[in-house]
Amino acid sequence: MGAAWLLRRLLASVAIIFAVVTFVFILIHVAPGRPCPETVERAVCEELKRQFGLDRPLPEQYWRYLVALAHGNMGNSYANGRPVRAAIAGTIPFTLQLAGAALVLDFLLGLGLGIYQAVRVNRIPDVVLGNVTLFIYSLPTFWLALLLLLAFGEKLRWFPVGGASDPVLCPVVHSLFCVADRLWHTVLPAATLGLVGAAGTARFQRAAMLEVARQDYVRTARAKGLPERRVVLRHQLRNALLSFVTRFGLAFPFLLTGAVLIETIFAWPGMGRLAFDAILLRDYPVVTGTALIASVVVVAGNLLADILVGLADPRLRVRAPTDVEVVTA
Amino acid sequence: MTLGTWLALFVALVVTAEIVRVLRHRAMRHERWRRFFRHRTTTWGLGILTFLVIVALAAPLVAPYDPDKQLDIVHLKNHPPSWTFLLGTDVLSRDVWSRTVYGARVSLGIGALGALVAVALGTLVGAVAGYYQRWIDAVLMRGVDVGLALPRIFILLMAVALWDGLPFAALIIVIGLTSWFGTSRLVRAEVLSLRQRDFVVAARALGAGSGRVIFRHVLPNAAAPIIVSAALGVGNVLLLEASLSFLGIGVKPPEPTWGNMIADNAPSIYTAPWSTLFPGLAISLVVLSLNAVADGVRDALDPRAEAA
Repeated sequence: MGAAWLLRRLLASVAIIFAVVTFVFILIHVAPGRPCPETVERAVCEELKRQFGLDRPLPEQYWRYLVALAHGNMGNSYANGRPVRAAIAGTIPFTLQLAGAALVLDFLLGLGLGIYQAVRVNRIPDVVLGNVTLFIYSLPTFWLALLLLLAFGEKLRWFPVGGASDPVLCPVVHSLFCVADRLWHTVLPAATLGLVGAAGTARFQRAAMLEVARQDYVRTARAKGLPERRVVLRHQLRNALLSFVTRFGLAFPFLLTGAVLIETIFAWPGMGRLAFDAILLRDYPVVTGTALIASVVVVAGNLLADILVGLADPRLRVRAPTDVEVVTA
Repeated sequence: MTLGTWLALFVALVVTAEIVRVLRHRAMRHERWRRFFRHRTTTWGLGILTFLVIVALAAPLVAPYDPDKQLDIVHLKNHPPSWTFLLGTDVLSRDVWSRTVYGARVSLGIGALGALVAVALGTLVGAVAGYYQRWIDAVLMRGVDVGLALPRIFILLMAVALWDGLPFAALIIVIGLTSWFGTSRLVRAEVLSLRQRDFVVAARALGAGSGRVIFRHVLPNAAAPIIVSAALGVGNVLLLEASLSFLGIGVKPPEPTWGNMIADNAPSIYTAPWSTLFPGLAISLVVLSLNAVADGVRDALDPRAEAA
């Protein structure tokens, strides 16, 4: 994987994103219904359409959108006239905060459990944890969110039931209290996403560890009398982490898509909720913009995973990785 | 709950136990399938799925009330679980148990059909790409790359929200059309390695057409990953449908699905949690069982698992 490979992958990524944007653009414009509601007079609606350029032929609208996009302009929201770029930029810190917290929980808990299970394979702790992770992995995230809300938000009142910060104090007061308050609001939504993710990670990591356990070099390490701890940590774990790197890249889309529902339930002002509200309002530029960003994240995650695996695994540097098989989540 | 519904439930339970017993008995003759039943979770998963399918099919017998009927909006609203209303009543005084049973028809039906569309399409595309290779492969797989980069939930939200009031069939097809990309990659990889094998080469040398080679020789040997992705696919589609219905844009009320039951009752979750909890539990049980069965199939058909 040299510079040529990287360049080719980058070009392919741009092409994929371009295709996604085109697809979304077409999908949204062939859908029935008009952006203005039934109550708006026909003449007013025509005027509005002319103002937003919606009366022009589709190819021209598409071209105009692309040209604007190339200049970094994603258009203005139909609903409130705000630039789409600003609207999305305003939500990204919240989405990152939520996704970051969820990822930390996902990976720390998931890796820990997976490794522990692999070490104790087929014994009681492994079987019990295997069933528990399988169960959590199978829960619908939105339902788990409701359960956590019911238990910790309403019954025990440990955590707030929605929003990203205290609505009265924190927009005004900037203090350590507000930092704590924001973290406080993150706990439940992040726990929802993180727990389901951790269950998946644990299952994945356990399988990866057991796969490596069958390899000759692990048997060799054991045969030459290395202490068990060293065999597991140095030989098994390090090689099992290679496939984990791929999962790392693929975790972003999961958090992003899971986030649409979770952000809606917890009234979290992130990108998922922005997109959902925009879809319901038929706010075309915002929908296309969020889809664009979402696909960029997916593609970037894949690319990042491939690069990291290439860096971490010397075997891949010899063989040209034209087709790195990616296990989809 | 009347005596008749209890009796029907009991019969369903007995039939389930009998089906699982017979399957297990038959499986003992084959080394691979014996391994499938070795896991207790897998056996339980199969049992739960069988039971739920029977209950869904026999819904009129097992459900004591009309699922859409508002029994008594004044007195029976949000009635807690009791012997009369096994799982309580919901915010519109409808029987939650009856709605869950009828919801199983819709939810399981959409899950199975959506996964069928997705797996059929994914298998076809993967097989064609892997078998013919060259430009067909290149074109199809670049398409799959784009498909995998699509933010699926966004696309579904858009499709379903913009085309308001999609009929069932359209919902199933839309979900199926956005869920086949992973399967096609899997099948392609499998076909790529199978087409080099001697028996495939021999079949081609004997003059078998490519259709025959693909369907009679290649695909049957790629059954394991296809079955696994089908089992996982049903769960995925079910979750997607539930998510869409939960957001209020999937299956329209009053037609009960587990997803829109949760959506209908989530606002009153603090006062009447049962009407939200039980449909969610049903979804979790089905997905759990499917995942367990998929684990079992993977174990049974994976030749490397012998050592483990």
